[in-house]
Amino acid sequence: MLRIVCPYCGVRDQVEFVYGGDAASGFPDLADSDLDRWTDAVFIRDNPLGEHREFWQHHHGCRQWLYVVRDTVTHEIESVAAGSGGAGKE
Amino acid sequence: MSAQPHRLARGGRIDRSRPLAFTFDGHAYTGFLGDTLASALLANGVHLVGRSFKYHRPRGIYSAGPEEPNALISLRRGGRHEPNVAATTVELFEGLEAHSQNNWPSLGFDMMSIVDRFSRIFAAGFYYKTFMGPFRGAWMFYEKFVRRATGFGSPPLERDPDRYEKSHAFCDVLVVGGGASGLVAALAAGRSGARVVLADDGANLGGSLLSRPSGGDSDAWLGAVVVELKKLPNVRLMTRTTVFGAYDNLVFGLVERVGDHLPAPGPGQPRQRYWILRARQALLATGMLERPIVFGNNDLPGVMLASAGHSYVNRHAVVPGRKIVVFTNNDTAYRAALDMAAVGADVAVVDIRDAISADLDQATRKAKIVLHLGCAVARANGGKHVRSADVCSFDFVKAKIGTAKRRLPCDLLLVSGGWTPTLQLLGQRGAKPVYDEKRAMLVAAHLPRGYRIAGSASGEPSLRQRIVSGLEGGCAAAEACGFTASPDREFAGAKLPEERVMTDVAPVAAIPDPPGTGHRKKFVDFQHDVGYDDIALALSEGYESIEHLKRYTTLGMALDQGKTSSVNALAIVAQMLGRPINAIGTTTFRPPYRPVAIGALAGPETEQQFKPIRRSPMHHLHARNGAVFTTTGLWLRPWYYPKPGETLRDAYIREADAVRKTVGMTDVSTLGKIDVQGPDAAEFLNRIYANDFDTLAVGKARYGVMLRPDGIVVDDGTTSRITEHHYFMTTTTGGAGKVMTFLEYLLQTTWSELKVQLTSVTSQWAAVAVAGPRSRDLVAVLVRDVDFGNAAFPFMGVRHGNIGSIPVRVLRISFSGELAYEIYTPAGFGEALWQTVGEAGRAFGLVTYGIEALGALRIEKGHVAGAEIDGRTTLTDMGLARMASKKKPYIGSVLMQREGLLDGNRPQLVGLEAANGDIELRAGAILCEPGQHEGHGIGFVSSVTYSPALGRHIAIGFVAGGMSREGKLIDAVFPLRGEVTTVRVRSPRFVDPEGARLNA
Repeated sequence: MLRIVCPYCGVRDQVEFVYGGDAASGFPDLADSDLDRWTDAVFIRDNPLGEHREFWQHHHGCRQWLYVVRDTVTHEIESVAAGSGGAGKE
Repeated sequence: MSAQPHRLARGGRIDRSRPLAFTFDGHAYTGFLGDTLASALLANGVHLVGRSFKYHRPRGIYSAGPEEPNALISLRRGGRHEPNVAATTVELFEGLEAHSQNNWPSLGFDMMSIVDRFSRIFAAGFYYKTFMGPFRGAWMFYEKFVRRATGFGSPPLERDPDRYEKSHAFCDVLVVGGGASGLVAALAAGRSGARVVLADDGANLGGSLLSRPSGGDSDAWLGAVVVELKKLPNVRLMTRTTVFGAYDNLVFGLVERVGDHLPAPGPGQPRQRYWILRARQALLATGMLERPIVFGNNDLPGVMLASAGHSYVNRHAVVPGRKIVVFTNNDTAYRAALDMAAVGADVAVVDIRDAISADLDQATRKAKIVLHLGCAVARANGGKHVRSADVCSFDFVKAKIGTAKRRLPCDLLLVSGGWTPTLQLLGQRGAKPVYDEKRAMLVAAHLPRGYRIAGSASGEPSLRQRIVSGLEGGCAAAEACGFTASPDREFAGAKLPEERVMTDVAPVAAIPDPPGTGHRKKFVDFQHDVGYDDIALALSEGYESIEHLKRYTTLGMALDQGKTSSVNALAIVAQMLGRPINAIGTTTFRPPYRPVAIGALAGPETEQQFKPIRRSPMHHLHARNGAVFTTTGLWLRPWYYPKPGETLRDAYIREADAVRKTVGMTDVSTLGKIDVQGPDAAEFLNRIYANDFDTLAVGKARYGVMLRPDGIVVDDGTTSRITEHHYFMTTTTGGAGKVMTFLEYLLQTTWSELKVQLTSVTSQWAAVAVAGPRSRDLVAVLVRDVDFGNAAFPFMGVRHGNIGSIPVRVLRISFSGELAYEIYTPAGFGEALWQTVGEAGRAFGLVTYGIEALGALRIEKGHVAGAEIDGRTTLTDMGLARMASKKKPYIGSVLMQREGLLDGNRPQLVGLEAANGDIELRAGAILCEPGQHEGHGIGFVSSVTYSPALGRHIAIGFVAGGMSREGKLIDAVFPLRGEVTTVRVRSPRFVDPEGARLNA
């Protein structure tokens, strides 16, 4: 079980969070109607050995979406940042 | 019977004033408090306790701990019956009842032991090779016979009467293992102020010190350490607690056997407690386990690990034999030899090594132990018990066995092939051990972050050094948590006498057969009956990877997970392949370290507690009205309200019919509800719904459909504009959670420029749908401050008003296709609203209806629900293509244009009815071209009902070509029941296709 340091709530168990997938690339601009770019963003994933930037939501906590950098080999979490760009709790 | 012929008169850590009666296979015996079942059986002279897994060979007690491969028994009876328990780990209690396993008709005479005679054909891979033919499905036929012939105990058939708990804990330093080094580590960390948890498998702290003669210096030392630990309020000592799993980020799984040592758990106590422990640092003082040497008939009852003999004689005051042969390749086995000789046993030592140290030589002479140096036990002899050992000269460097044979009579053969540090928890973290040639053991190669290792688990041979490593490890772990610790070396076991340490090992895993003496089975993994020959066979068939070999032979895959067998297997494979052990590698350790009861892992989360139940604010009124409930996600919803004698079918048809004819009400409180506020709310809704929302006026509601980014429909619902910047969104009952999560995702990560706030208000609102031709009359009576005239309050209007003191928000929307209103009120008013509407409705012939009738009504209208919005369908598939906005981009608007989704031959929504008479259709039936029933068909039936309005059964479903097939006949095929029904394709809007009723 992972322990994730939520920038707003502190260190919490994985069971409070929901995995939200690859955060390497976001969606294209909504006005972008390029099928390939959307296909890439929605379907194409890297499968890195090592650092992986991914989304987690503190679902049963503050409900903030977080950027988490996790090592796919060791499951060590290198960093956590608020998805909104907020600084988290002082 | 209470003779206990093998019990010593004095000594041991048992309480002779507390005799305990127990039975094994129906025979009555007596032991003492402090015994394990194994030690009590041995005290009574019982060695034979089971039959082996595959060959039904007689098996005895092999160890004195959790590594036990042989002595698996069934414990207790009825609901507390527990199969496959190692007798060496069972604390004796009054009235304990144990049974042997895998034998028929009896342990002493087992018919299936005939298998042993034909064991050559039962070699590794036997099942794969033998039972695969001659016909298809042959294995399925043979399996039931094979399953009966092999195996362990049987599961309990009755309900477990005991409770299991789940608990959470936190600490700075977790110390795993309560032996000398673990205790010192806990003390060092505890003195610094760190919060310490020390967990030990056994009932008593002390680890290997408990195997030393009682009453010595080590007891005084141990007592002092435990007394101080118990005084520290920040140290928690957990005995009978196994750390079975090491998970990510220093989270550990522990199982505490609270009531296993008692006939039944004490009042208010659980049987076991599962702990989820989060530590900041972990120190593993897990000790090591002795491993056997592999030789002919090495599985006979009476053959035992030397460490087990040492433990039984000193801890339990049991000498399991009179004439003892000790077979070893290292010094540690001499502890058992000397201690058994000291209590009068006749002891001979067979040592592979050519020479031993001078002091050991002197000690053995003094104890009158006969020494056979440079020799090996090549074979044990006996039927159901060892009678003698064949000893040959042996050159361990060349692995060459001599022909000269000496037969030593014995009734106990103790074996020590070296030691294996207990590194399973590190292995679970992916830290594979490496083989240290000098010490002939697997040792930790690297430690994951936050882990330390101390004591014999680190491979340290000297007791004094082990204690120092515990002291230093405990200090370092505390300091890593920010505490200041000072090692007090004076304390570090200076007074403890040193013990025979494991140095100068002659590494040998298996002894070859002496020339010209025939062949006997040599077991590597006792529990799965995997022998030396099975390894040779697997290698000859190409299974050279240790992971393949493990699976092909099943070596190390039994309940003991290879605790005594895996290193010997590695050594044998290395020798056969002529490679170093480190080139062979090790298999992967996974939790649990020891078997853990599923009941402990489940804890109280069973049945009703398995998942939460959500109830609407009016739930109790529904229950009082005799509703039958069903679940939607976590929600309990009224399914139907039967009158006396009514079936589900009777009730829903009556309810749906009344809605079409007069008026009905149903509880729609479970709908997902999201409050959307902010100056950019209109823009936000416009981006997330496929249809336009920026044109929605205040006081109006609109049906909206949301797509996933990949263009598939995810959810639908209505959104009302309450004020300029305030919207009220509803979602499906089941979709509420994922919609909220996705909208939050978009706002927080993608569109953080939008000024919009979302609040889930699902539980804050209660809602009642009032539907039917007389619904306007009813709501007009109730909500007197709102004008319900068709022009003043048109379809899709939203108004606020009051029913007496109940504030309400009324939406004129319809799922049933009738004139209908949804009345929302704060959840606390829910019961009052339901009661008030119900009472006022009596004058109008109001019925309450459940979700079955709701389903019938919406199918009659061709409205899609969960069975249609199934994560595979597009707007076009559901006949909703015209909703898609052409003016704006929205989530899913690009990828819904994918070629495959635009294919005109995709199954599309249609209505269906039997072509020949009124036949009930089945949801899930496959739609096929007439007569062409092979393959995947051209679509499927998604929802079915009886339509009261049409007086017949109808269905909706998806079929290739959709409405282009209108009027055509196709087949609805249900292969599970062999049914074929010819159906006619028609519009899914069976009732009121023009919508006259809801606009009335």
